[in-house]
Amino acid sequence: MCNQTVSLVAAAIEDRGIPTVTIQLLEEIARKVGPPRALCVPFAHGFPLGQPGNAKMQRDIILEALALIDRTDLSPPHLSHHSTRSQKPEGRK
Amino acid sequence: MATLEELSMPVRLFLKAYPWRHIDPTPWAHASQPLNQSRIAVVSSAGFIRKGQKPFDDHAKGGDPSFRWIGQETPTENLMETHRSQSFDHSGIQTDPNLALPLRRLETLAKEGTIGSVNHRHASCMGSLTAPGKFTRETAPAIADELIQDGVNRVLLVPV
Repeated sequence: MCNQTVSLVAAAIEDRGIPTVTIQLLEEIARKVGPPRALCVPFAHGFPLGQPGNAKMQRDIILEALALIDRTDLSPPHLSHHSTRSQKPEGRK
Repeated sequence: MATLEELSMPVRLFLKAYPWRHIDPTPWAHASQPLNQSRIAVVSSAGFIRKGQKPFDDHAKGGDPSFRWIGQETPTENLMETHRSQSFDHSGIQTDPNLALPLRRLETLAKEGTIGSVNHRHASCMGSLTAPGKFTRETAPAIADELIQDGVNRVLLVPV
């Protein structure tokens, strides 16, 4: 349910002109809900930014997510996968 | 990537049948500042509260639609993880709250100049909301309006 909850906030924020990016743990749900801009990560529920205590891994995920906001070639809703899983961003419509 | 298959059968069946809210039309905003000049805020649905804050209501039908502000300067040891769902492993976010509310990671990114700044507060909500009507109508807009007042330029949203 968490994926839906944060996506609903993302929509409200984005609707007011502030860009957002949501981490998503379940691609199937992300596609159904459709947050404006999302990064799907290859981690289990409860571990959205990777390993506990692994500051570098968490930092990399955060920066990868925030960097999506700088992309000018994307269209909403946009779903990317964490780069170790796939280098190719994937758009949705 | 997490999959539905890692969840228990009753949870999987519930999620399969659940009427997911679909965001339509999809709002879309562009960056107004480069990352190294942007003020970043986080919205976490891990149910974190600061010690002393009112707990989320675990018994609210459909889930507690309220939210809490968590100050950026909150020491990690003063955060309490209260997510009510038993369908995932809580050990990671209990060991390291940065996994779902990355206060110290953002602090580092701001100090080194990779991001412009970290907002002085972040929003925490209870992600386990099966009836998100009030949350959508009231809570999400309230969070958004306040973050705009704070001058936030980008928002990272983290579920668990």
